[in-house]
Amino acid sequence: MQIHTFKPDMPPPLLSVGVLGWLRANLFSSWFNSLLTLFAAYLVWLIIPPLIQWALLDADWVGTTREDCTSGGACWVFVQQRIGQFMYGFYPTELRWRVNTSLWLAVIGAAPLFIPQMPRKALYGLSFLVVYPLLAYWLLHGGFFGLATVPTSQWGGLMLTLVIAAVGIAGALPLGILLALGRRSNMPAIRVICVTFIEFWRGVPLITVLFMSSVMLPLFLPEGLSFDKLMRALIGVILFQSAYIAEVVRGGLQAIPKGQYEAAAAMGLGYWRMMGLVILPQALKLVIPGIVNTFIALFKDTSLVIIIGLFDLLNSIKQATTDPAWLGMATEGYVFAALIFWIFCFGMSRYSQHLERKLDTGHKR
Amino acid sequence: MQTSANVPRPAGSVWTDPKVRAWLFQILAVIAIVALGWFLFDNTQTNLAKRGITSGFSFLNNSAGFGIAQHLIDYNESHTYGRVFFVGLLNTLLVSVIGIVLATLLGFILGVARLSPNWLISKLATIYIETFRNIPPLLQIFFWYFAVMLSLPGPRASMGVAETFFLNSRGLYMPAPSPTDSFATFFGAIVVAIIGVVLLARWSKARFEATGKFFPISLGAVPLLLILPGLAVLLTGNPLQWSMPELTGFNFKGGWVLIPELMALTLALTIYTAAFIAENVRSGIMAVSHGQTEAARSLGLPAGKTLRLVIIPQALRVIIPPLTSQYLNLAKNSSLAAGIGYPDMVSLFAGTVLNQTGQAIEVIAITMSVYLAISISISMLMNWYNKRIALIER
Repeated sequence: MQIHTFKPDMPPPLLSVGVLGWLRANLFSSWFNSLLTLFAAYLVWLIIPPLIQWALLDADWVGTTREDCTSGGACWVFVQQRIGQFMYGFYPTELRWRVNTSLWLAVIGAAPLFIPQMPRKALYGLSFLVVYPLLAYWLLHGGFFGLATVPTSQWGGLMLTLVIAAVGIAGALPLGILLALGRRSNMPAIRVICVTFIEFWRGVPLITVLFMSSVMLPLFLPEGLSFDKLMRALIGVILFQSAYIAEVVRGGLQAIPKGQYEAAAAMGLGYWRMMGLVILPQALKLVIPGIVNTFIALFKDTSLVIIIGLFDLLNSIKQATTDPAWLGMATEGYVFAALIFWIFCFGMSRYSQHLERKLDTGHKR
Repeated sequence: MQTSANVPRPAGSVWTDPKVRAWLFQILAVIAIVALGWFLFDNTQTNLAKRGITSGFSFLNNSAGFGIAQHLIDYNESHTYGRVFFVGLLNTLLVSVIGIVLATLLGFILGVARLSPNWLISKLATIYIETFRNIPPLLQIFFWYFAVMLSLPGPRASMGVAETFFLNSRGLYMPAPSPTDSFATFFGAIVVAIIGVVLLARWSKARFEATGKFFPISLGAVPLLLILPGLAVLLTGNPLQWSMPELTGFNFKGGWVLIPELMALTLALTIYTAAFIAENVRSGIMAVSHGQTEAARSLGLPAGKTLRLVIIPQALRVIIPPLTSQYLNLAKNSSLAAGIGYPDMVSLFAGTVLNQTGQAIEVIAITMSVYLAISISISMLMNWYNKRIALIER
């Protein structure tokens, strides 16, 4: 009997494995793809090297005045010299620790909420939401318990941006939930009021809302009662954003199966307990990514307060670029602003994607 | 389930009846809204009287007395505030329409590019999308305006292309066409050619459906569109006269000019909105299951027809609703023009006119109603289109 011995396998064709194989599959699979690849590579070559040259290789990093920028690239000295103004606005230099403290308190206070195994998370979260704003107001604004008052006209920079965004979302969320419930209500009068409110704010640009709150609010209020500029902007932002939150929450409410409502009613729960204990916990969980997206939009929209003369991050940078001692630094300033906004927004959008995956328990319809 | 209505209820429990409660709540809500409205109205009346402002829309007939950098209709300083309103409205519409068209084109290209099997192309599209949608639009407008447009060279050192297009810090100058005597004939020839193509397409479709014979429309359309207008030009002479921009003194004269504000605004809005549209397009295409492609290919449709007849019609149904809200966003974001002084609705009307007249309530009310009207018309248009392409379930 003849014995068959297997010969070793032939190696796969050289062009289908390794780097070459990858290149062929992903970049040069057809003549059209090859053309596209070459075009894209040319585009990258046009953009990336000059950008790196400008931003990193040719840039000036150390110095104190404009004259220290000699190498022809970006002048990061400008950002370095003005970083205090960009972060804190006109907040008195010796009191900046108060801003830092409140920021650290927020980070430390909110950190346990991100630990999955934390017991009594809801209770802790609620008490944090009640205690922290008071604490932050005391630290930032002062005026009692031994801290000197810093009027809001001196607030500015990234700090003001964060304050507007945080207060905006904290105010808009409850209002938005109420509006969403109102829009789904069985009572026609309530529904009409909520629909009108929501569609009105969604139809106008934020800029006109800010204009309105800055020129019309003083006319609407009785004599003697007046808000400062920041407060007026906040009212505008909250009203505007609550309409968007309402639409997001409505999406969540619509996704809850009717059986849940009926089951809750069959258990004898009244409207508010049905919503609070059965419907909203499920609906809000579904729309957390949507709420985060709304928050990202709100964060980007805070830059509009420049129109009514508040000194947020963007306006601080804009003002600094018009300083005669630093003329011609517009590019550096705006690139720096863009970087900060980008880090915040990109971070949040990544977090929302992560939440979407984590919360996807298969209840979605 | 008529029992609850028929059985006489025990005394005292009328407040626990859901129907009674519903009525009560609604009446209370309406009273609260009316009271709030009255409170605001009353305060406003008092405040206006105190400041000596007379309300009403008669200020629209007063002369404005300021110039506007860009006006699509005839305008000078002696015209009224009412005319300023229309100038602003047209400028807003101009930037919205240009932005919507360009953002749609760029967005579709990017959305498809992100799904491309080509690794480099899809990565580049991803980087573009993730970069630009996470930077506030106002910041992008500022960047293009203050950092790019205003640092272009002055008119005397402007960058020219073929001595016809000039780019400098005052804007982009280009030749302006003006119709000559023979323009009417030329225009007529084009109209006739288009009507001819439409008739041809109808005929070929009818024949295709009746007999299955295919007639390539481009075979008739291209000659028709080229020959008729070409003949008109040959017979009657040049239909358009071009006025070239020329450097006279310190600035260019003649031709059309795109002011830097318009360019910065359009660029920023296009780039920003295109990133969002690209994501909508991508999710729309991904929503069409791969089985559809395979089914189309196994029926023998070539790749191009698969895309045109199977994938795109289904993807559009998913894309249109979010696309509508992107268009609305773009139209609303065009109000950021106020940040760089592009003479749009907000910066002209809610800015300059409001400051000059002090008629805050009227001006803001008009501005807001205009944006509401624009929003409603865009969503009505897109809803109509959406209904047209929606799935017809049989």
